[in-house]
Amino acid sequence: MSGRLFDKVWQRHLVASPDGEPPLLYIDLHLVHEVTSPQAFEGIELAGRTVRRPDLTVATMDHDVPTTNPLGPITDPLAAEQMARLRKNCEAHGITLYPLGSAEQGVVHVIGPQLGLTQPGMTVVCGDSHTSTHGAFGALAFGIGTTEVEHVLATQTLRQVKPQAMAVTVEGQLPASVTAKDLVLGIIAEIGTGGGTGSVIEYRGDAVRELDMAGRMTVCNMSIEAGARAGMIAPDDTTFAFLEGRPHSPKGAEWERALDDWRSLVTDDDAEFDREATIDAATLRPVVTWGTNPAQSVSIDGVVPDPASFHAAAQRQAAQRALDYMGLQPGTSVRDIRVDTVFIGSCTNGRLADLRAAAGVVQGRKVNPAVRAIVVPGSARVKAEAEAEGLDAVFIAAGFEWRSAGCSMCLGMNGDILAPGERSASTSNRNFEGRQGPGGRTHLVSPAMAAATAVAGRFAVPGDLEGAG
Amino acid sequence: MRAVRRVEGRAVVIDRRDVDTDQIIPAAWLKRVERTGFGAGLFEAWRRDPEFVLNTPAAAGASILIAGASFGCGSSREHAVWALQDFGFDAVIAPSFADIFRGNSIGAGLVTAQAAEEVVAALGAALADDPGARVVVDVVERTVAIPSAGFTAPFALPDYARWRLIEGLDDIGVTLRHVDAITKFELGRPDWLPVSGPRAHVTT
Repeated sequence: MSGRLFDKVWQRHLVASPDGEPPLLYIDLHLVHEVTSPQAFEGIELAGRTVRRPDLTVATMDHDVPTTNPLGPITDPLAAEQMARLRKNCEAHGITLYPLGSAEQGVVHVIGPQLGLTQPGMTVVCGDSHTSTHGAFGALAFGIGTTEVEHVLATQTLRQVKPQAMAVTVEGQLPASVTAKDLVLGIIAEIGTGGGTGSVIEYRGDAVRELDMAGRMTVCNMSIEAGARAGMIAPDDTTFAFLEGRPHSPKGAEWERALDDWRSLVTDDDAEFDREATIDAATLRPVVTWGTNPAQSVSIDGVVPDPASFHAAAQRQAAQRALDYMGLQPGTSVRDIRVDTVFIGSCTNGRLADLRAAAGVVQGRKVNPAVRAIVVPGSARVKAEAEAEGLDAVFIAAGFEWRSAGCSMCLGMNGDILAPGERSASTSNRNFEGRQGPGGRTHLVSPAMAAATAVAGRFAVPGDLEGAG
Repeated sequence: MRAVRRVEGRAVVIDRRDVDTDQIIPAAWLKRVERTGFGAGLFEAWRRDPEFVLNTPAAAGASILIAGASFGCGSSREHAVWALQDFGFDAVIAPSFADIFRGNSIGAGLVTAQAAEEVVAALGAALADDPGARVVVDVVERTVAIPSAGFTAPFALPDYARWRLIEGLDDIGVTLRHVDAITKFELGRPDWLPVSGPRAHVTT
C-alpha cells in the first residue's frame, strides 16, 4: 500500500469505523502512572467493568515520587495516597507495576523504550502528553485524559478522529554544537506552539536520520509543545539496534519476522503530506528559551528580544507578558543571564546519553557556588547504568546533587521546586509560568548547555568554559 | 454523562492566547484522587492578582469562559476540565483548542465552542460594554449569541462531539457495542507484540 508511515500504523489498528462515529483504534500498549489513573480505575469499578487487557497495560510511579530518599517514608500524604491507590488498583486488576524501589521504576516514557515495550508500528497511549516520545520508534503514541484512560482500560481501544499528517524535514547536517534538544526547540520556534495542532508530525531528513535513539526520543517528546497529536520517525537500523535484546523485544524467529514487518514502516516516495515544513539544519544554533512557551527561544549568541519587534499584536502582548514574568529586559545578552538552579532530567533529557553528555562537560570542573544543580536520572536503570560508568562520581565531585528517578522538577509535583522568582536552566520540556513551582522562571536548554551553565553560573555552551578545547 | 444542549449565562473573558493547563490547574492539585474539588485551584496563580477577571464581580456565577487561541495547550491533565466545571463553567469559547484538552472536554461534558477570531473579538467587545450580558451557547444549532446585543454567530464543534454532548452518552457504553469487532481484531494481532505478563524477562 502506498502511503505515509502514519497511515500504515493507523490502518493496521482500525477495529471499526462505524457510521457517524470516530473510528475505533486498537491500543497495543497502555502505560499508566499514579497521577492520571485513580479516577479512571474508580470509574471502571463503579460501572462494574473490568480491565480488558491487563497484559497490555504497564504501570509505574513517576510524577510525584520523592527523589531524595525513595526507599524512605513518603512524607507527602497525598502523594503517598496516590501511590497506594496505584498499587491497590494494579493488584486488583492484575496489572504489572514497577513501583518505587523497583529496578525498573522510572519516568514512564523512559522505561517503555528501555524495556523494549515500545516497538515500531505499535499504538501506545498514556495519561500524559509526553507519550509522543515513543513515536521515535515509528509507533503512533499520544497522550490522553483520564476519561480516555478509563476507556482504554475497559475496551483496549480509543475513539479517534484521524489527525492530519504533517512532515517536518530537517535537511543537511546539524552543526557539531547543536543537539537534538536544540533541533526540536528550533522546529517549535519555526512552526509555533500551535503549528502541529490536529496533526501527527513525521520528522524526516538527514539530520533526523543521523540522531541516535535518545535524540530521536527528545525530538518526538516535544511534538506536543508544537501542539501536535504525536510525532513519529520511521524505524531504521538505529532503531533495530536499540531494540535487539531488550527484555520485551521479540527473540529468535519472531525477531526476524518482526524486522521484516518493521522495515515496511516507511513513508512511500510518492506519498504527500497535508502540511509540510522544511528546516535547514545548518541554520540551527544551541538555544535557550526566554519566555513562557517553548516557541519563545533564542540562540545562545543572541539577546532577549524586544516585544516591539513582533509583527502581530497578540505576539507583542504575549512577549511583553512573558518578559514581565521572566524578569528580563529586552536587549540583554543571553550569556549575561544568571541562573539559580540547574535541573538535568525528565522524559525529554533524562536518559543515559543525556547524562553522559552533561557529565562530559562537568568532568574536572565545579558548579558555580551560586548555583544549585541537580541530576535526576530518568529511571532507576538509567541511574544504575550511569553509576556503573562512574557518572555519579563526576557529577558529585563537580557539586551536583545526584538523585533517584522520577519526574521531579520538570513539573514540581514532588516538592522539587523553584522558589518564587528563582531562575532555572532546565533540560525539561515546558517553561510555562509556575511550571517548576509558583513564581519560578524556567529556561529550557539541552543537557550540554545545562551542564555548562551550572559551571559558568550564567547561560553558556561547553565551548565557553575555561579550558574548553 | 449529563446531556448538554444549551449553555446560557454570564461570560468572562481571559484576553490571552496559549492558556496552558498548568495555569488552568497547577500540578500541585493533581495529587487529588477524586474528580471533584478542583474549582479552588482554577487559575490559582493568576487569581492571586485581585485584578484578574475571575476575581471581579462579573465572574460570580459565570458559566461561559471566552479566551484566546490554543486554549488548553500543554499537559494532558483532564483535571483542567474538571477544575473549569467545578468552578461553574459549562462552556469555553476560543478560536482554537489544544487537541487533548478538547478530547477531554468532550469526554467530561464541557462544551468547547471553536469560534472565529472575529467572533471571539466581537463577543469580547460586547461584554466590555455590558459585562452582565447573557450569552447563549447553543450546542444543537452550533451558535453563540448575545440576545441583548442582537449578536449571533456560528461556532465549530465536530459532529460526533455534538451528538455525544446533546445525548449525554457514555463513550465506553457506545464502544462496547463493538466488542465482537474488538475480539475479532485481537485474534489477528502479530504474535511478537509485547505483553507484560508471562513473556516478560524482567526482575523487580
